[in-house]
Amino acid sequence: MKIIFYLSAIVAIISTIMVVTRKEAVHAFLYLVVSLFSISVIFFISGAPFVAALEVIVYAGAIMILFLFAIMMLNLGKDSVQRESQLMTPRLWIFPAILCIVLLAELIFVFRNVQFQGEGSIKMIDAAEVSSSLFGGYVLAVELTGMLLIAGIVGAYHIGKEKKREYHRYLQTTDKENE
Amino acid sequence: MSDFPLNAGLILSGILFLTGLLGVITRRNILFTLMSVEIMFNAAGLAFVLAGAQHGKADGQVMLIFILAMAAAEVAVGLALILQMHRLQKTVDTDAMNQLRD
Repeated sequence: MKIIFYLSAIVAIISTIMVVTRKEAVHAFLYLVVSLFSISVIFFISGAPFVAALEVIVYAGAIMILFLFAIMMLNLGKDSVQRESQLMTPRLWIFPAILCIVLLAELIFVFRNVQFQGEGSIKMIDAAEVSSSLFGGYVLAVELTGMLLIAGIVGAYHIGKEKKREYHRYLQTTDKENE
Repeated sequence: MSDFPLNAGLILSGILFLTGLLGVITRRNILFTLMSVEIMFNAAGLAFVLAGAQHGKADGQVMLIFILAMAAAEVAVGLALILQMHRLQKTVDTDAMNQLRD
């Protein structure tokens, strides 16, 4: 179990450093997804399978897709089309793929060789225990999180809306005088 | 299953947090700044989950769920702000947003 932890820790550190040092946003995005996967493996072997699944589904699945949409919307222009032809060369994706293969090998090894029956000092904390704690003592925080999400949705809609450029009435008169 | 190396896990969390902090400080592309903030969220969540696993309680995982929700809201608003910035300035460079200075 230790060697799995150290392998995924090395993968996490390498991919995180690659995120910070890339020039293109899409390259950094690929490495960020790999980093999330490796952190999810660490969650899994530390006895938190529910959170490991959430990390993959919500973080790598939903939030990263938001990032991808933003990157796609920002890359408008002629030079970006020409750059996109060189964007997906094998030199780019081969290294994240190698890191992901390491993680996949770890996953297969863990599923084949380990019985999670509470041996050792690791205690499995499954989804039932997490959710009974979540809706038991933390129910007020759950409500507040719902409010935060609604504020995020409304704020993102309001900020991201394409507004007509509106001038103040003094500026409008000066514009007309200029014309 | 042998002992899980909890100290090494906390050190890993610290390394990831420092990498994210370095990214926030050094990068000028605002997309990379937001990605580095995500890395820092992840490092904090890793520390939460490992500490919860050390005590055998579910509270650390509950905290990670809250961090996930907060990161989702933050990313939505932050990306909307980046889109507006790109619309106004035609760039995603943080040094270009210096109009309050003059």
